[in-house]
Amino acid sequence: MNENLFASFTTPMMMGVPIVVLIIIFPSILFPSPNRLINNRLATVQQWLIQLVSKYMLSIHNYKGQTWALMLMSLILFIGSTNLLGLLPHSFTPTTQLSMNLGMAIPLWAGTVVMGFRHKTKASLAHFLPQGTPLPLIPMLVIIETISLFIQPVALAVRLTANITAGHLLIHLIGGATLVLMNINPVTALITFIILILLTILELAVALIQAYVFTLLVSLYLHDNT
Amino acid sequence: MASVVPVKEKKLMDVKLGELPSWILMRDFTPKGIAGAFQRGYYRYYNKYVNVKRGGVAGISMVLAAYVLFNYCRCYKELKHERLHKYH
Repeated sequence: MNENLFASFTTPMMMGVPIVVLIIIFPSILFPSPNRLINNRLATVQQWLIQLVSKYMLSIHNYKGQTWALMLMSLILFIGSTNLLGLLPHSFTPTTQLSMNLGMAIPLWAGTVVMGFRHKTKASLAHFLPQGTPLPLIPMLVIIETISLFIQPVALAVRLTANITAGHLLIHLIGGATLVLMNINPVTALITFIILILLTILELAVALIQAYVFTLLVSLYLHDNT
Repeated sequence: MASVVPVKEKKLMDVKLGELPSWILMRDFTPKGIAGAFQRGYYRYYNKYVNVKRGGVAGISMVLAAYVLFNYCRCYKELKHERLHKYH
């Protein structure tokens, strides 16, 4: 069982051909582009959802921050749909790979920081020192703030990876336990099955929440720097 | 076996069994041709099941079911060991 547990997180290969790119591109076919005034039901529902989310997510930004609307919306759509598709049986979730999450987090965070330094240099540098610190503590606090700034992209990526991976692993483990317990003691198996159902509901929520958190934090970093 | 209409222009259902190899070889296997085939297939499915006035969950759930099946075939090698057999 040991090797089996982590086998679902390896790069998906089919007969020796890596198809991971296909799996990453797959969620895009589920979002048809709305071309008309009144679209089919799928496109209408998605349009309504996107308008709802973008209204809340972009309300805190000023004009300069709202130019990031497309980026933030596509980010939350991608992460949300990829996480939700990963809950289907046997599927591969690209967001469990740290490489991909780092690839998303570092450019976005770096973009907000560089933008902040270009447009509001003094204010960006002033972020390194909270207001009202006593004079002797200043050097140490600057170092701490620098470290906390550089940890932001790493934290973004690792948070997403760890949450999704942990959820998938728990589902695998508890599902395996339910199967084994069915022959030994059906009552315990029933309890474990109820735990599995609750866990799946949690995973559904986590899938969406992680997408939201990722995007929200990026938008917060943006708000700081515009 | 000779037909009045040339093999090239026939649709698949009109091609006789003996002409099948030549019909397959006639198809456009360039990248542009393959991309065109994928695009035609996508729009055929989309316009039949999703882009209708009163579509339901069937349109998208068939896609998801095919996705699950595809991933099952992908992992079959590891899943073979989990069958309910007395001796593995």
